[in-house]
Amino acid sequence: MASRLSVHQQQQLGRVAGYAGLLLLTFVIGAPLFWMLSSSLKTLSQIYTFPPQWIPTDPQWSNFKEAWNSVPFGRFYVNSFIITIAGSALQLTNGILCAYAFAFLDFPFKNVLFMFVIAALMVPGEVVILPNFLFFGNTVRDWFGLESNWINTYQAVVLPGAATAFGTFLMRQGFMGLPRDVLDAARVDGAGHLRTMFGIVLPMAKPIVVTFGLISVVNKWNDYLWPLIITRTVEMRPITVGVRLLYDAEGNNNWGVVMAGTCFVVMPLIAVYLFAQRYIIDGLTAGATKG
Amino acid sequence: MVGTSTVDYGETIAAPRPRAKRKKFFRAEWGLFLLFIAPNFFFLILFTYWPLWENIKLSLQKTDLLAFSGKNKFVGLDNYRYIFDNRTFNLVLKNTFIFIVACVVLTIVLGLLSAMLLNLRLRGRNGVRALVFAPTLVSGAAIGVVWAYIFDPRFGLLAQVLDWFAIPSPRWLDRPEWALWAVIIVYVWKNLGFATVIFLAGLQGIPRDLYDAAKVDGANAWWRFKSVTIPMLSPISFFLMVTSILATFQAFDIIQTMTSGGPAYATTTLVYYVYDQSFGQGANFGRAAAAAIVLFISMLVVTIIQFGFSEKRVHYDG
Repeated sequence: MASRLSVHQQQQLGRVAGYAGLLLLTFVIGAPLFWMLSSSLKTLSQIYTFPPQWIPTDPQWSNFKEAWNSVPFGRFYVNSFIITIAGSALQLTNGILCAYAFAFLDFPFKNVLFMFVIAALMVPGEVVILPNFLFFGNTVRDWFGLESNWINTYQAVVLPGAATAFGTFLMRQGFMGLPRDVLDAARVDGAGHLRTMFGIVLPMAKPIVVTFGLISVVNKWNDYLWPLIITRTVEMRPITVGVRLLYDAEGNNNWGVVMAGTCFVVMPLIAVYLFAQRYIIDGLTAGATKG
Repeated sequence: MVGTSTVDYGETIAAPRPRAKRKKFFRAEWGLFLLFIAPNFFFLILFTYWPLWENIKLSLQKTDLLAFSGKNKFVGLDNYRYIFDNRTFNLVLKNTFIFIVACVVLTIVLGLLSAMLLNLRLRGRNGVRALVFAPTLVSGAAIGVVWAYIFDPRFGLLAQVLDWFAIPSPRWLDRPEWALWAVIIVYVWKNLGFATVIFLAGLQGIPRDLYDAAKVDGANAWWRFKSVTIPMLSPISFFLMVTSILATFQAFDIIQTMTSGGPAYATTTLVYYVYDQSFGQGANFGRAAAAAIVLFISMLVVTIIQFGFSEKRVHYDG
C-alpha cells in the first residue's frame, strides 16, 4: 500500500527506517567495544552471571591493578613507545626525503627508480619474516663481527620497518599538488632545497605529512607479527604482544582482568583518534579516491 | 592494516622546469637526489628486496636446523612438491580462499550498506561514522582477545545476543566448522569502517543531477541505485576489493590471539602457516620459505590483475 502514502508519509517512513539502521549499526560496532570496557570493571562473579550485566552495578578498578601486576605493562608501554616513536620518526624522515627527491629533483631514469619503490608494496613484511629473522641472527653478527646477534633488541624490531613505499607515494602526490609558482618564487629568491623543503614544502603539505605520520604511528603501535618473532624476553615485548601474554597467564576465565589489559592497549590509540579523527579519515580517503 | 597495502600507481611526471634552470642545477641536483633517496632505498633493499631473494633461495634448500651454519643442501623444488602434496597445506589453501572471499564479499556489501545509511541526512551520523571507523585503528591483537571473550559460549556477549532469539551459542572457537567463521566475523567487524568511509567518499562524489535526471525519467529508488549508484561506484569498489584481498592475505594478529590457527588447523591461513613453519613446533625453514613464496605469488597475481584492469577501467569523473 506504499503508493497510497503521501510523499510526506513516505519520507517519514524512510527517516524511521534510517534511524533504525543507524541504531543497529551503532550496536553492532559499539557493543563489543562497550563490552570490553564494562567487563573490565566487573568482579569475577559478575562476569559469570547470565544474562550478563551491561553496566556493572558496582564498578571495580581492581582489574586494572591486577592486570598491571600480572604482566609488566609498565615495561610494555615503554617498549611500545620506543618502537613507535623510533619507527615513525624513521619512516617520516625517509619518506619525506624520498618523496621530495621524486617530486622536485632531476635524475635520469627517475620513473624506473620510482617503480622500484612502489614495487616494494607487493612484498609485505609477512613474506620475508624468516630471512629477516635469520639476518638479525647470524648474518648481522658475521657482518659486523659482533659478540652476539641482534635478536631481542630494539634495533631489530625497528629497522625492518624504517623504509616506506606507501609514505613515499602518498607524500610525493601531496608535494606535486602544491602550487608551482610559490616554489618557483622561492627558487628565484635563491632558496636552496633544504630551505625550500622546511620553509615551504613541509608547511604547505602539512595535512598529508601529518596524515602519514598518524598512519605510521598507528601501524607501529599495533604491529604484532614481527615483534612477536624478534623479541624473546618479557622485558622486550611491546604492548600488543603483552596483552597476549596476559591472556595466556589469566586464561579463559579471569575475563575482567584480561579486558582491563586490552583497555591498556587500546586507550592511547583511542586518545589519538579523538584528537586527529579528521586527519586520519580524510587522509585515507584522499589516498584511496584520488590516488 | 591501515593504509599499508594501498596499491595505486600514479604516473610519474617529471617536474616541469625551465630549461636554463635545469642546466644550472645539473650535477648538484643529481647528487642531492641520490642523497635524499639513499636512506629509504637502503632499508628497502636490505629488508624487502634482498630477503625476498634470500627467501627464494631458502625455499630451494633443505635446512639442517641442528647445525644452522650454512650447511644447507640444494633440493630444487622438493619443498614446493612437499607442501602441495601435504594435506595440511591444502587445507591451509582452502582456509585462505574461504577466508578471503568471505571477508571481502561481506566487507564490501555491508560497507556499501552502512555508507548509504550514513549518507542520509540523519542526526548523529557523524558520530556513528567515527564509531564505525574506530575498530580499523585498534590493535588486532587486543581485538582478538576481546572477541575470544565475546565468543565464549557460556558468558560471552554473543551468547547473550543469540539467547534473545532463543538460539543456543555454538562453541565457536573449539569447533573446526565454526572457528574460521568466527575469525571472519571479527575481520569484517574490524574492517567495515574502512570500506564504509571509502564508499561514503565515493557516494558524496556522485553528482546530484544524475539522480535528479533519473527521477525525471521516473526511476524508482531501486532503479536509481542500480543505474546510477552502482556504476558510479564501480571504480571505487574495484579498488576496495583489491586492497581488501591484499590486506586479508596478510591477516595475522587476530588469528594468532583468537585461535592460534586451530582447532586442528581450521583457522590456519597462508601467513599463519609461514609463521608456524618458521617458528612453531616442528619448524622447517625450507617449507616455510616455499609457503612464503606461494603467498607472495598469490598476492602478485592479484596485483597484476588489478594493474591490467585499472589500465582499462572506466573513469567516471564528474
